[in-house]
Parts: sequence; C-alpha cells; structure tokens
Amino acid sequence: MNLAGSHALRRYSRHLLIPEIGLAGQERLAAARALVIGAGGLGAPVLAYLAAAGVGRIGIIDDDVVDESNLQRQILFEQTDIGRPKAEVAAQRLHALNPQIAIDALQRRFDASNARELVRLYDVVIDCSDRFTTRYCTSDACSLEGKIEIFAAIFRFDGQVTRFDPEGPCYRCLFPHAPEPGSVPTCAEGGVLGVLPGIVGAWQASEALKALLQIGEPLRGRLMLVDALAARTREVRFERDPECIRCGENPTLFEPVDRPEEESVALTGVAEIAPEELDAALREALLLDVREPHEVALGLLPGALHVPASQLEARMHELDSAKRYVVACRVGVRSRWAIGRLRDAGFKRLAHLDGGLLRYAALDAGFEFF
Amino acid sequence: MPKVRVLAFARLRELLGESREVALAEGATLRDLWSSLLAAEPRLQGLESGMRFACNQRLCADERTLHEGDEIALLPPFGGG
Repeated sequence: MNLAGSHALRRYSRHLLIPEIGLAGQERLAAARALVIGAGGLGAPVLAYLAAAGVGRIGIIDDDVVDESNLQRQILFEQTDIGRPKAEVAAQRLHALNPQIAIDALQRRFDASNARELVRLYDVVIDCSDRFTTRYCTSDACSLEGKIEIFAAIFRFDGQVTRFDPEGPCYRCLFPHAPEPGSVPTCAEGGVLGVLPGIVGAWQASEALKALLQIGEPLRGRLMLVDALAARTREVRFERDPECIRCGENPTLFEPVDRPEEESVALTGVAEIAPEELDAALREALLLDVREPHEVALGLLPGALHVPASQLEARMHELDSAKRYVVACRVGVRSRWAIGRLRDAGFKRLAHLDGGLLRYAALDAGFEFF
Repeated sequence: MPKVRVLAFARLRELLGESREVALAEGATLRDLWSSLLAAEPRLQGLESGMRFACNQRLCADERTLHEGDEIALLPPFGGG
C-alpha cells in the first residue's frame, strides 16, 4: 500500500520517525490484516492499539453483548452501550478512532465450524478469548492455516503471554491437557484486576505489531508471566513437543474441535434446580452456598449454610449426609466441583442450582447481587 | 536431601505464597514435589488439573528428577480474557 504523500503521514509521524518502522513499515501495517478473537478485557486494548497503529484490516469476532460488569475493564465500551453487541460497538469505536482502516465486525462465536475459514483471511490472529475450548480451537486453526497467533490469558493479578508460530510450538505443546471442567475459575468466577487486561493486552498488541513488521525478538517459545501484584514479570522457555497431537512428529489432529464438555459438566443423578424452582426446593432442603467469604460479604440468602469451596474438604464434618442440600455458588461452576467432592464423600441427597445465585438474583430486581 | 525453590502463580500462589523452599528425598521427581506440597496444603487438591512445571525457567515433563538448587515454577492454565 502506498502511503507516501497522503495525509496519513501526519497520523503516523511518530512511527515514521522510528528507523525500525519508517514509511516502509507503516505501509506494511496498512496492508496487514489482523483477527482479534474476543472483544473483552484483552480485546479492548489490542483492538484500540492495532487500529491506532494503522493495521489496514481488523476482524473482531465476539458473540456477546456489553454487560455493566464489563465496564470495569473493557475500556472500548460506555454506559450507554449496555446490551449492545460487542463486535458492533467495538467496530464503531475503532472506526471513529481511525477512519482510514477497514473493520470486519463478526457477531458470532469463533468455533470449529468457522475457525479455519476465518483465520485464513488474516495475517496474524490475536487470542483474547475467555474459554479453553476457544483457545484450543484458535491455536489449532492457526497451526493448520500457517498463521502466527499471539496468545494471552488472565486471572485476577496474573497474566500469561506468548506467540505461537505455524512450525510450533503451539498451545497444545504448552498445555496439552485442558483442565478439568470447573477446576479453573473464569474472570466472571474469580474476578480480575481491571487494569490487568490493559497491561497484558498491550503486550499482545506489541507482539502482533512486531510480527506484522517483522522486527525485534519475537515472544516465541517464551511464556511471559505477568504478576501485577508483585509488579514482576518472569519468563519460561518452551519448545515444540514432539508428542504434540497438532504440531508434533506424528500429528493426529487435523481439524479444530469444539469441546462443549469443557463448558458444562454433566452431573448425572443430581437434580438441576432452575432459579425459578429454588424457593420451592428450599422448603425441603438447605441451601449450601460454597462461595468464598469475600463474596458472601456482598449478600447471603437467609437460612443458607455457608461453607466456602476452598474449605469444603476440611469442613465436610459440619455437613450431614442424611440432609438434602441444594449446592450453589456465583455462576454454577464451583458448585459443580463441590457436588463432585460431596458425592465422593458419600453424600447422596444433592441438587444443584443451575446458573448459580447470579441467575437467581436476576429474577428479583429488588435483590442486589454482584 | 535436595532443596528446591518453588514459585507458584495465579491460584496456586494464593495457597502456597509466591516462593518457598522445599526439601525432598534423593531422586524425587516433580510429581513427588507436588505430592509433598499437597500433603502440606490439602486445598491444592484438584488444582493440578492441566498444570505444567518449569524447571530452571524451562518447561519440563512431570517425571523430571530434581536437583539441589533447582527453581521450579508451577504453571496453572487459565483461560480468562
């Protein structure tokens, strides 16, 4: 793309002044295409910096809508955006930020059905998703389509950032086995420091721009560990795993796969209580709330028994296996884990609050719950 | 009795602290290290799901034997974005 003489030069003057970028580099960015998977905490800074930097075509894929609880960190969105599709709002903001670039707003979920055809259309893919199944799907699609992926994940104060290249290593070399469903809390479950995705997403944007410009030392085969609480970063080196099912010596995985089982654990033999049914169910059972103490400080249902999941094993003796319990947490992930532990300990009269206390609270607008 | 330094991240750090020294029997592997941490801190139960170890800033297999002065990082996967 020829930028020389155009008014774009003024916009990018601070790039043009850097020997490693200059006019040739800026033209390279203008001709580049980046796909950002997920317009959430990480997606916000990644999208903003890539758009501002003049990456010529940016794809945004996200099937979610803006929720008020996103605004603590997802800085592309405003109060009045609540309820609107994230991909659409993000595209609007980026267009306002830089009208010289093209934006593809894809309001759907990135999954095995569309992963390869989407990835094929871009030069670099930035994984800003929030589910393990999407992360494996992204890495597999990039490996199969020969694309560079810039990966990051966040939890509370911690971040992980790295780059995966088509020749490996890939995400499966780093984490060959997805964690047991429910064993790893999401941001919605565990929380996240609002600025953390800003820090980590900025690293992703930097690596994506370096990849497109082909400059510097790539964060390849190096997992950067960000600890915002200690204000420290560390690095762990890793290589392509010869045993990797995707990029190893004898690969067996040739298509991305969706793993819906990662999203919800089947609790065979345990009744699922819908939020609407909870009040009736509690006439014959006790509510066992397994949220952590700092969450319960924000509100506990009257009559509920509170044993945090982190203390469940140590405090199992406080529970009576002859009694009926409806086990609940915030969104229904830790409560499934707790039911597994309780069943192992011989509890049989268990039911599970589907969707957690968050969905129950949503039934009654008068009940404040966070 | 080799002594190793254990660095923990994310949820594991919340239970183990950022860094601690652990003494192990001669010939102990990373798996043995995890068992000893689990014995000291039962709340770690289940958190090994999907976890990887790094030894001296390099990702390594769970069967690796530990040596005096090794720095071990416990790396849980997390998915948030």
